[in-house]
Amino acid sequence: MPKDVLVIGGGVSGIQASLDLADMGLKVHLVEKLPSIGGRMAQLDKTFPTNDCSICILAPKMADCFGHENINTLTFSEVREVSGREGDFKVRVVKKARGVDETLCTGCGECIEKCPVKVPDEFNMGLSERKAIYLYFLQAVPRIATIDRDNCLMITKGKCGICKKVCQRGAVDYDQKDKEITLQVGAIIVAVGFDPYDPRNTSQYGYGRCKNVITALEYERLICASGPTGGHLVRPSDHKEANKIGYVQCVGSRDVRKNPYCSSVCCMHSTKEAILAQEHNPGVECFVFYTDIRAPGKDFQRYIKRGMAEYGVIYIRGRVAEIIQDEDENPVILYENTETDKVEHMKLDLVVLATSLVPRHGINEFANLLGVDLDNFGFIKTDPFNTVITTREGIFACGYCQSPQDIPESVAQASGAAEKAAEICFR
Amino acid sequence: MDQSNLLEKRVGVFICHCGTNIGGFLDVEDIEEYTKGLPDVVFTQRNLYTCSEEGLSQIKNGIKEHNLNRVIVASCTPRTHEPLFKRVCSEAGLNPYLFNFVNIREHCSWVHMHERKQATKKAKDLIRMGVARVRLLEPEEDIEIDVEPACLVIGGGIAGLTASTSLAKRGFKVVLVERDATLGGLLRDLYKLYPICEDATNVLEGRKREGESYPNLEILTSSEVKEIKGFVGNYEVTVDIQYPRHGIRIIKVGVIIVATGAKVLIPEGLYGYDGKRIITQLELEKRLKEEREKLKRLNNIVMIQCVGARGDKRAYCSKVCCMVAIKNATLISRLNPEAKIYIIYRDIIQVHGTEYEDYYREARDAGILFVRYHPENEPVVSDEYVKIYDEMLGEDILIPYDLLVLSTPLVSWEDASNLAKMLKVPLDENRFFLEAHVKLRPLDFATDGIYVCGTCHWPVSVPEAVSQALGAAARASIPMANKKVRVESIISEVDKDKCIACGLCASVCPYKAIEIKKTEGGKKAEVISASCKGCGSCGASCPMSAITMHQFTDEQILSQVKAVLP
Repeated sequence: MPKDVLVIGGGVSGIQASLDLADMGLKVHLVEKLPSIGGRMAQLDKTFPTNDCSICILAPKMADCFGHENINTLTFSEVREVSGREGDFKVRVVKKARGVDETLCTGCGECIEKCPVKVPDEFNMGLSERKAIYLYFLQAVPRIATIDRDNCLMITKGKCGICKKVCQRGAVDYDQKDKEITLQVGAIIVAVGFDPYDPRNTSQYGYGRCKNVITALEYERLICASGPTGGHLVRPSDHKEANKIGYVQCVGSRDVRKNPYCSSVCCMHSTKEAILAQEHNPGVECFVFYTDIRAPGKDFQRYIKRGMAEYGVIYIRGRVAEIIQDEDENPVILYENTETDKVEHMKLDLVVLATSLVPRHGINEFANLLGVDLDNFGFIKTDPFNTVITTREGIFACGYCQSPQDIPESVAQASGAAEKAAEICFR
Repeated sequence: MDQSNLLEKRVGVFICHCGTNIGGFLDVEDIEEYTKGLPDVVFTQRNLYTCSEEGLSQIKNGIKEHNLNRVIVASCTPRTHEPLFKRVCSEAGLNPYLFNFVNIREHCSWVHMHERKQATKKAKDLIRMGVARVRLLEPEEDIEIDVEPACLVIGGGIAGLTASTSLAKRGFKVVLVERDATLGGLLRDLYKLYPICEDATNVLEGRKREGESYPNLEILTSSEVKEIKGFVGNYEVTVDIQYPRHGIRIIKVGVIIVATGAKVLIPEGLYGYDGKRIITQLELEKRLKEEREKLKRLNNIVMIQCVGARGDKRAYCSKVCCMVAIKNATLISRLNPEAKIYIIYRDIIQVHGTEYEDYYREARDAGILFVRYHPENEPVVSDEYVKIYDEMLGEDILIPYDLLVLSTPLVSWEDASNLAKMLKVPLDENRFFLEAHVKLRPLDFATDGIYVCGTCHWPVSVPEAVSQALGAAARASIPMANKKVRVESIISEVDKDKCIACGLCASVCPYKAIEIKKTEGGKKAEVISASCKGCGSCGASCPMSAITMHQFTDEQILSQVKAVLP
């Protein structure tokens, strides 16, 4: 009798691993802690080096995954305990109270429309507001509303109740409790992804102090047609169009005081972001301040060349020393141009920080819970020549939580992890 | 259901409010009234949510009670909901191919939120078009093809070996074809592997032993694939075996993994390459393996990066050479800590990720010197020195060398195009195999049943080749595990009487699903149903109008056009 597989993390890696296993005929439990699957890729506007719309290529996979008869997608859920061994793990999962009956909600949005509470929208990196009952994002899968228990007036203060009143399906349930589920699985795949580094920890770059210094992930939301500005590339301080943009590399990366490693994807995503700025607003000036251009993937060199030749993106080799702002809130970058050995400065409308991508917040506790080791950088430690095999038998890792990598690498590795899990579960 | 009954068209239309998503912006009642008057519409119903349990049972009841033989749901998007509604039709005894989706949410209420009247009119237009088409739909059956539960792996390097072994471990029959006399590919010539300086031989021998332990993994060395016929599930492969006895074998497999690898560029004519004092990194690996004592005595070692790469001829970066150079430089410095080692690199050192960056840092700490050059100021090699313009000093410097090592890129095999032709899969401009989708299908080809991994796709390190190989094995195992592939019957069909075998359809088909075959009536185009994706390129290009697209016939499409034109 084939055994089930647990996949932790519903980003593109977790989805791919789940789909591969389910298509082979194995039963998969996919546990995602957020209200929707999709992960970081769902937050990106376009993807390099083809400029494919990220959600447009991901959404069909999300739908396939959720609708698959062999995949039990548990969103808004967390793994709390893992015991047993390869071939015979027992896993305790908590399905957090969503405040909404998943079997009744159709995601119509009536409740969201009427909810009076507004809080920062984490999917949009806080650049817009959402309600206290909300869909995680427009294309969320499953399309089920979730109540934010910390901000719901009914739950915190016992008054309001509007969403329950307007729901024609009677799906709202303030008293819903967390539910415990025990799973019996043969193998576990960990695909929990990354968090962006908080650039406030590299304070010389002015994030949080200069209004028009934003992070790359914020920029992705800003330039996205379904984002907070409808895709208009405007600066946060005055909502004026940004016509001169700087993209600063290695923020928190390749920095022995912070994260000594190279995050692997920033040179490429910054190039993409500059190209997109040109496509949105031809004639905008784009400057990439880089340490070294690291672009070894398939067709990446051509993409960088295209950025220079077709879109006029200017690459300045120089580590940025400091970012300040002038009286009009224009960011000013101070840097040493290492090609000319000169210390220079440049005034811009908007600065985008390519922050390091770091292991998930709480990765130490999570690794303890799983019983796997981490490497020196906090990524999940794997066999040097078989990068899906962790230090615990029967537990495999794929995607960025294993080591810095881009989407195709994560997808390929996810299939690889699925193969190792299948070796065990079909046995 | 009695199929003869299909002659009388009885159309049912279910219109969804989608809560307020549609209902809040369109006049759904008005739309329903209008729909009642359309030809052959015998039943209409509005649902708050057609996709809810209630809505679904309303569809089922409608089919049964009103003897519907065509169903339309006017609601959201087929991307998410078509499989659901088709299944419900099927459960109620209606052939699912007699269902038609009309999108009045994304196409009407969402995009025209503030134009209620116009959006309502557009919804009516779309439903009218849907009714026109659904009346002409014909029942179809899904096509099911049996899959031979065996896999051919082409190439016995680390990637091919890993993929074969994993599939064998899972119990599938695997045939591994390698044209060399021994397995191992590039790994045979390597000394140590980064990032942990493991012996390449150890890694390789371990994998070989494991592979050879499975009786269901047949390894054919000194063998080459000569011909491939068939399609997913049913490939017939001709293998030419040279040794121990020359012979031809015909192998039947369901799926194929391509893992033919790449080779290191020999830099003839570049920087005085002679294979003696001026050698490639691969040749250095060999000396590190066999002539360490000699290497120990060398004092000045210089390496040059991007030789024959990132230029006009080969524009790409070969990804692995920076790490190879750093690793080999480190190994030499361990042999002889006194040696002066320079790595002359062209504007970048590709050491992305965690441990590689560390490795680079440690190399610098060990005293290995990195000097940068610009493509317009390439190093000049003389008998004793490498002359290079140092940007820091702003002047030329002369670096003496006892051994000059050129880092050259991995390049594809010249005959990759032969194999590509046999497999009917594409290559990119550098003759690397081209995957189905750069982002989300890195290990598949657009053609079903064929997969790719390792350096024949793009230069990769050993760890990456291994995870790709496992991934390709996972992908290839899917049709084998199911023993079947099922495809929707949205495929093209050739009218043999009209076909003149011009071959246009076969040349435009992106899935290689059309073959020109000899028949009794002369040469004719023939569609391989299992490979056809129903894209319609062939139908559009056929000069004789000999190709019909099931579910999208000319008649069906024109009926929609006529329905919408005033």
